[in-house]
Amino acid sequence: MYDYTDFDAAFVAERNRQFRAQVERRIAGALTEDEFKPLRLMNGLYLQLHAYMLRVAIPYGTLNGRQMRRLAEIAERWDRGYGHFTTRQNIQFNWPALRDVPDILDALAEVEMHAIQTSGNTIRNVTADPFAGAAADEIADPRPVAELIRQWSTDHPEFQFLPRKFKIAVAGSPNDRAVTAAHDLALRIVERDGAIGYTVLVGGGLGRTPMIGQVINDFVPQADLLPYIEAVVGVWNLLGRRDNKYKARIKITLHEHGMDEIRSLVEARFIETRAAFSGIDVPLFEAIKAAFTPPSFAKRPVSAFERAYEADPVFRSWADTNLAEHRAEGHAIVQVSLKAHGAVPGDATSAQMRVLADIAEQFGHDELRISQDQNVILPHVHKADLPEIHARLKSHGLATANIGRVSDIVACPGMDYCALATARSIPVAQQIATRFDELKLEHEIGALRIKISGCINACGHHHVGHIGILGLDRAGVETYQITLGGDHTETAALGDRTGPGFGADEIVPAIERLVGAYLEHRDGKQETFLETYRRLGMAPFKAALYDQESRVAAE
Amino acid sequence: MSRSFTPKVVTGNALLEGDVIYLTEDDGWTRDLSRAEILTDEAHAQMRLLDAARRASEIVGTYLADVKPGPKGPEPTHFREEFRRSGPSEAARVPQETQNV
Ligand code: SF4
Repeated sequence: MYDYTDFDAAFVAERNRQFRAQVERRIAGALTEDEFKPLRLMNGLYLQLHAYMLRVAIPYGTLNGRQMRRLAEIAERWDRGYGHFTTRQNIQFNWPALRDVPDILDALAEVEMHAIQTSGNTIRNVTADPFAGAAADEIADPRPVAELIRQWSTDHPEFQFLPRKFKIAVAGSPNDRAVTAAHDLALRIVERDGAIGYTVLVGGGLGRTPMIGQVINDFVPQADLLPYIEAVVGVWNLLGRRDNKYKARIKITLHEHGMDEIRSLVEARFIETRAAFSGIDVPLFEAIKAAFTPPSFAKRPVSAFERAYEADPVFRSWADTNLAEHRAEGHAIVQVSLKAHGAVPGDATSAQMRVLADIAEQFGHDELRISQDQNVILPHVHKADLPEIHARLKSHGLATANIGRVSDIVACPGMDYCALATARSIPVAQQIATRFDELKLEHEIGALRIKISGCINACGHHHVGHIGILGLDRAGVETYQITLGGDHTETAALGDRTGPGFGADEIVPAIERLVGAYLEHRDGKQETFLETYRRLGMAPFKAALYDQESRVAAE
Repeated sequence: MSRSFTPKVVTGNALLEGDVIYLTEDDGWTRDLSRAEILTDEAHAQMRLLDAARRASEIVGTYLADVKPGPKGPEPTHFREEFRRSGPSEAARVPQETQNV
């Protein structure tokens, strides 16, 4: 695990001290809200529909037991006993009181956590593959480079007032679990002639104008990486439109200028940034890498796992659905679902956070991850310990066997919490999950990703859901628009709109009809929803959604 | 006759807690929409909004929200105001563990 440097600790302590004074001055009336708002946003504090919300960064989604326990404590002491994990590997506390926020920030700083750069026009919390350092398919651990970028970008003097926010993601495997194509800049680690380098994508992003990132350079060697990124951000910093916030993101800059022009500007700028770099980043990177040395993985028999797998169908179903392949023999990556049927996607109670912390410390080399799908990952677990882990998870409502299935729904807070929302998303997710659980079709349906956003900002990544649902306000009525065929992986694609939207009471039956059409038309059980959609296109799904006859039949 | 004016209440979030508050007739704040002052005259509504917004150490994000008069006081006309008044959906408030144990 990477330990923050003294510089980081001093920097965070100073920022917290400043913010405490700012909060006091705001409460005393010495600061107006107009003056205070940018200051609180810089420290991750938003005002939502019913309360303040504090967004805490979990850099590259990695945390240890002590940190998770501290999050549990904060939720209990200053909030309402739970927290919400987001698609950007953050945690959000929904109910802090303004006066308490400085104390919360100090409590976070004690475990090397903070809420800096979770908002504002800066380079945001760098995200990475949640299986980093564990995945069997990994080329290299993406976290050291994510950490290098974090250090380089934190308080970078040139990049505190960018045209807009700038999001970076890093994937270390050919299987992209970091939704890289939806980021302003993304790195995909690749190997060429035995050397590790990076394929760099730019201009991805969801929201109002969704775009899939494009490759600007297919191989940037390690030594050139920071100057190359600095060149990209620098070019955008000059060209990016500050006159219109909807046109300020790099995806629009790229769209307006074209890849050829942007690429040649970046190449030209890179010659300068490369020369200006002292080369200090190379030994720094080596030092960071050393801090991410993998734990030593014990060689033990896995017979306890095999016995439980044979004997217990509940354990077997969970193991088949929620485990992923680990690089070390006898080990597994555990995906803990925060999507119990009917629960709020991504929410965890303090008690659940403590159980996860305990398990990580006792069985998991003290490592936890937050996934872009709003689940918690135990990256390094020996298979022999899985029956015990499963039993503990189960007794805390954490053993739902649904990873990657129809009820493993990504949903943003929507109008239950978010001030920007145009409709609710949580109840829609809850109802869909509950419905498919009743139908007992979840495992028959297989891989299916539903993603729901409560407004066009697309925090719920609906554009890249196999089924995407976008909640809108149509003349004062909650209306849900459906897209099909989105893909958040290395074969990223934006979904296609099906047609007119559905009311709040029509959306669950509509999803059921869509899934029914898939089951009817698929070419055997091995063909996934997405594959069927790609083979047949929109027609059969559209018919199921809008055809009068099928509507009547479904009623 | 002036053009018809949709009745309003002055609302925003409490500075310290962040929760939804409404302006009452006697210049107090209430968490209960039905006890808010209902404003039926546009000029008067604008004045009340300015008065409220000036109380910066009590309220944040002050605005006028549409309402309709009901038997028990003002009622929301839009679902967003309905959710602001009632808080997150019942199910969205329940921490998940209590639903599973
Ligand atoms: S998508 Fe919209 S409603 Fe959902 S969290 Fe983002 S801003 Fe809020």
